[in-house]
Amino acid sequence: MARAATTTDAFNAVAEPRRREILDILASEERPVNDLVGLLGLAQPQVSKHLRVLREVGLVDVRDEGRQRLYRLNGHALKPIHDWVSSYESSWSQRFDELDVVLEQLKREEQGDEGDDE
Amino acid sequence: MKAMTSSAKATVTLPTDDQILITREFDAPKHLVYKAWTTPELVKRWWSGRRGTMTIAEIDLRVGGAWRYVMQAQGGAEVAFHGEYREIVPDERIVYTEVYEGPWPEGEPAVNTVTFTEADGRTTLTALSQLDSKATRDMIIDSGMESGMQEGMDLLEEVAISLR
Repeated sequence: MARAATTTDAFNAVAEPRRREILDILASEERPVNDLVGLLGLAQPQVSKHLRVLREVGLVDVRDEGRQRLYRLNGHALKPIHDWVSSYESSWSQRFDELDVVLEQLKREEQGDEGDDE
Repeated sequence: MKAMTSSAKATVTLPTDDQILITREFDAPKHLVYKAWTTPELVKRWWSGRRGTMTIAEIDLRVGGAWRYVMQAQGGAEVAFHGEYREIVPDERIVYTEVYEGPWPEGEPAVNTVTFTEADGRTTLTALSQLDSKATRDMIIDSGMESGMQEGMDLLEEVAISLR
């Protein structure tokens, strides 16, 4: 199956587990790339590549402080994902709440069938 | 909201850029969850959630068999989906295609894999949608944007919330 070109938007960017880890780390604190290298146990070129992708879609911002480049999360870029996941989850949650009701009845019926002599 | 003793919640994640994964635990053995998933009169009772009523639930549960669901939404609009079963392992796993009967990008239908795993009388259901392209996924995402309720948490939401 043909794969779409990656990393054209925030959804693609966060489809990669390592990039999600980077976002998690940056969510709590602004960090230089070396911190990320240490925390993730990845080589610096890999970390830099992930950071570049995240910057391209606006999920990560960077600023220079002295000799260091500090990376931080841009939460606004996550909002479309947050909104979509929430609404999708919500419609499935509603569906599954109704399914719970059906299952309760099926369980009662089954217990009734087995427990006629009780 | 119904008062449920379990704290079960559907979790949605995006494992790759053309997949959507839904996970949910049910307080029932897997043969009952499978039955509720594959029996038309039972599907009719839950599939539309509280967003409408189901007018059609057709299930020809065999490999190559067709299914079709039609829901009448509260606003009056009809929403319909259909597809074909590709793999059926009773009480364990169903693989089927899914086509939305409406404006949709050209391409292959989505392929959904639903699995039922039981432990201690409870069932974990996973539903993985493999989409044919990013365009299709974006379409689903765009359509989902229209409804606005916010419920639940996952990794990305936690990240987003921590930034407010």
